[in-house]
Amino acid sequence: MNRYFTEEHEWVEVEGNTATVGITDYAQEQLGDVVFVDVPAEGKQFDKGDEAAVVESVKAASDVFCPVSGTIVEGNDVLADEPALVNTDPEGDGWFFKLELSDMSELDGLMDEAAYKQFVAGL
Amino acid sequence: MRYLPLNTNDRQAMLATIGAATIDELFVDIPEAARLTGPIHDLPMHAPEMMVERHLKALASQNLVAGEVPFFMGAGAYRHHVPASVDHLIQRGEFLTAYTPYQPEIAQGTLQMLFEFQTQVARLLGCDVANASMYDGSTACWEAITMARRITKRATALLSSGLHPHYVSVAKTMARFTGDVLEHAAPGLDAATDIADLIGRIDKDTSCVVVQYPDILGRIDDLSALAKAAQAAGALLIAVVTEPVALGAIRSPGEMGADIVVGEGQSLGVGLQFGGPYVGLFACKQKYVRQMPGRLCGETVDAEGKRGFVLTLSTREQHIRREKATSNICTNSGLCALAFSVHMTLLGEQGLRQLATLNHAMAVLAADRLEQVPGVTLINESFFNEFTLVLPKDARSVTRALADRRILGGVSLGRLYPEEPDLGHGLVVAVTETATQQDIEEFATALQEVLA
Amino acid sequence: MSMNNQGRPTRQDNGSDAGGAPATSTGNRALLLEEALIFEIGDAAHTGVDFAPAPKVNSRLGGLDRRSAIGLPGLSEQETVRHYTRLSRQNYGIDLGLFPLGSCTMKHNPRLNEKLARLPGFADIHPMQPVQTVQGALGLIDELADWLIKLTGMTAVAMSPKAGAHGELCGILAIRSALEARGDMRSVILVPESAHGTNPATAAFAGYQVEDIPADSHGRVDLEALKARLGPDVAGVMITNPNTCGLFERDLKAISDAVHDAGGFVYCDGANFNAIVGKVRPGDLGVDAMHINLHKTFSTPHGGGGPGSGPVVLSAALAPYAPLPIVERQDDGTLVLIEEETAEDHHKSSFGRMVAFHGQMGMFTRALSYILSHGADGLQQVAEDAVLNANYVLRALEDVLDAPFAESGPCMHEALFSDAGFAEGFSTIDVAKGLIDEGFHPMTMYFPLVVHGAMLVEPTETESKAALDQFIGALRSVAQRARDGDASLHSAPHFAPRRRLDETLAARKPVLVWTEPDAVIAEAAE
Repeated sequence: MNRYFTEEHEWVEVEGNTATVGITDYAQEQLGDVVFVDVPAEGKQFDKGDEAAVVESVKAASDVFCPVSGTIVEGNDVLADEPALVNTDPEGDGWFFKLELSDMSELDGLMDEAAYKQFVAGL
Repeated sequence: MRYLPLNTNDRQAMLATIGAATIDELFVDIPEAARLTGPIHDLPMHAPEMMVERHLKALASQNLVAGEVPFFMGAGAYRHHVPASVDHLIQRGEFLTAYTPYQPEIAQGTLQMLFEFQTQVARLLGCDVANASMYDGSTACWEAITMARRITKRATALLSSGLHPHYVSVAKTMARFTGDVLEHAAPGLDAATDIADLIGRIDKDTSCVVVQYPDILGRIDDLSALAKAAQAAGALLIAVVTEPVALGAIRSPGEMGADIVVGEGQSLGVGLQFGGPYVGLFACKQKYVRQMPGRLCGETVDAEGKRGFVLTLSTREQHIRREKATSNICTNSGLCALAFSVHMTLLGEQGLRQLATLNHAMAVLAADRLEQVPGVTLINESFFNEFTLVLPKDARSVTRALADRRILGGVSLGRLYPEEPDLGHGLVVAVTETATQQDIEEFATALQEVLA
Repeated sequence: MSMNNQGRPTRQDNGSDAGGAPATSTGNRALLLEEALIFEIGDAAHTGVDFAPAPKVNSRLGGLDRRSAIGLPGLSEQETVRHYTRLSRQNYGIDLGLFPLGSCTMKHNPRLNEKLARLPGFADIHPMQPVQTVQGALGLIDELADWLIKLTGMTAVAMSPKAGAHGELCGILAIRSALEARGDMRSVILVPESAHGTNPATAAFAGYQVEDIPADSHGRVDLEALKARLGPDVAGVMITNPNTCGLFERDLKAISDAVHDAGGFVYCDGANFNAIVGKVRPGDLGVDAMHINLHKTFSTPHGGGGPGSGPVVLSAALAPYAPLPIVERQDDGTLVLIEEETAEDHHKSSFGRMVAFHGQMGMFTRALSYILSHGADGLQQVAEDAVLNANYVLRALEDVLDAPFAESGPCMHEALFSDAGFAEGFSTIDVAKGLIDEGFHPMTMYFPLVVHGAMLVEPTETESKAALDQFIGALRSVAQRARDGDASLHSAPHFAPRRRLDETLAARKPVLVWTEPDAVIAEAAE
């Protein structure tokens, strides 16, 4: 398994030492039309739970918490011009940032897809 | 009572519908010990319109009206002629009695006006974008300083000595609580501004340099080098304009590279009003728009594809971001923005340039004449419609003595800088299109007598 | 009898299509006129103002003469009047009809106030005139201050804050100053979940951490939970009373006592003071600071979003920290202005200056005119009628709209409803937009956040029973359509100057200023 989910509705795709992070389809549906995404700059360091990005709809602004600790290697700059990608392809081209993991063991506390689906169903 | 439509019968019928015997039953949640039973004593009872008018007129008559005497005061509030149609239009009930345009389908009048206002302000100040207005120039200035902190993530602001001392005072009050560091000194009574000095003091901790243009003493200086120096060090240049009419005659701060330009818009359409309500102008470069405080109006389309306007980017604001908002502000100065915009529309580019030319010409005439008063020197080499004189004695007492002769002859630096005795002889004189050559002559003659 | 068959038809031709409204070539619909932007109508060569020729002088502009065009279009006076008159007609205002925006107190704006604010003795005086020339202006400020102090039962009032949120900031800064003065560095301000968004924003701006206070099931602050949270780190609480659910915080005195015992201060958001003016004095409930929105309770016009005015009344404990300037009456009856110069002697503890000058003088004039018109007796009647009108609306609608706190007792100045009971897919916004078609401004939507799909209706005291009945009828009808799932509500409003506007587009691609269409720019470049 290399895709993980959080109760904050983020997904984490792990490849080697690098994780790609975005928000889930469920989250984008709850937010409505996404109009702006503020992604972190390369080189920034975050601890698990830090506010790493902001996603805004017309009437709401939500913080995206870093699901795992690490150092940003890339923010998805395409979202600056095309925030709608978060609605149309949240778990693909609408990713937010990639980071280099500093503690692989943090992944253990996250859900797999089935567990997340069950979690959402219970909401 | 003339503003209350319900009569006793209505009230009885409504209480019956509600199922309450008396009005007091609706106030049961107020603890009985604290509930007031009758009108608060020691306060008058209701009064007819005529009586209220009489009372306020009596108060108004105790004031010396600017328009009735030779008038030369500025220092952040300027007297200009406001065309009659401005006041007529802002009193249309659909503007006057509307709320913030939260329901855009029935607020297109306010919204389109704000969009036009934003465009006028951005162009006048030389910036890409402007917001829908702030409380006033002094609060806009402070908001700009906090915006620079958010953008640069640095907390030291260099305030020019030429910045209005009340604006400095507002910023210092706020900075005490926010932890911003403000560096500021009082101005010197000479022709040179402190731009060279400011350039030398910019360092890696500087979030912004704040400079007024024209400055508190009326001096005008090129901001280009300062803008470059600030930006080279990763800091922002904030320019403050307290007399927007000046920009009809001189280059805009945005043109000279300022990142944020704020201003007091009172000069156009609003009037003196003893200091408020006024209208803060706030403009900046496009790249900083999401860090801007205040309301923004944007263009869009409706369900039928027609152009329309809405409040937008509201996620920056307090009602959504709550404690993470860019500012706690939840209002603008809508009606004053309308007055500003209507006046600007009446003027147009041609009118604004004529107005500015006339202001400058009258100020030059006044400066030349006042300099001839024995003992009086003019410090400015450059100015628009305001300049600073050094008198042979304390200027505060001179303004009072002039007022006794029914002349409002400028703002003394002693009042603006009570803690700076060296500035006590300074007098800031503003001359707009409302001053006549006879006013200037009367002022000069009275000044000579008062100084004798 | 001769027949004149040249006459105009005076009744509807049965054969014509009376139902369908054809498109017009202009886009106008009779009295409803489309209006272009000034940038599309005017140009730099037109003006609506004449000036005397400027005397010839040598420029002293320091070589900074403007060389480039600004890009400001001008219009003649007639075109200007027409432009803004047409725009005004696309706005809803109190002058047109009932404006039941909860928490905003959209009451009638008496025109006497406008007239008096325009007296040259108030409108045409400079804020820095020698004080001997503005005794009447200072007298007016002093008289209004006296009213505000007596109506609230407080010790002092800071007049300069420019609006409600600015007043909140003033109050919180006074609290922080008082704490600092005793060397007590507290870090937390408690704010109920139902608070206006400005409360947490203000507390954060003043350097405090914000923590929520939970509400009880009746829509009021949970006193026990609040008491449990109090401690040496809590600087104060911010409480709105009456609160944003339209309810009076019955326990405010107990809350104040508990907060004071724990060494903190009580800030009261006075946005809803209209409901209790003359009925209870916040000072008697232990409040230390409260802002008063002159543009709500005291009828100064909202002007499409300001200017507001937010004086802050202060308790004896906070009065020494009031911001400058301060108007003070001397023993001989003359008034002085306490500014930086004199502050050292008189008001050493003042936390400083919040605005360049003295605050919203133009609003003070209007507010005093309103207050004197009502008097102490009339202001009490204001609160009673405001509360009566709100309860009338609440009880007349609770069978078609869910009223979550209706069992909590009478409401104060506003009635709160939720979207419970609407058909699947129907929400508060549909009801709001449906009301627009019925000729009313909608109520406040989706606030307070503690109620799902909140609808907050504040009729104010200046509505007649007939106006309320008409509004109730309209809201009943729209609410019923939402319950029935009437799909046409989704596309409302149908009859407003604009249909629903695309806010997503506006936010995704912000267009905040007008720019010349590309074609025009290209042409100019040639």
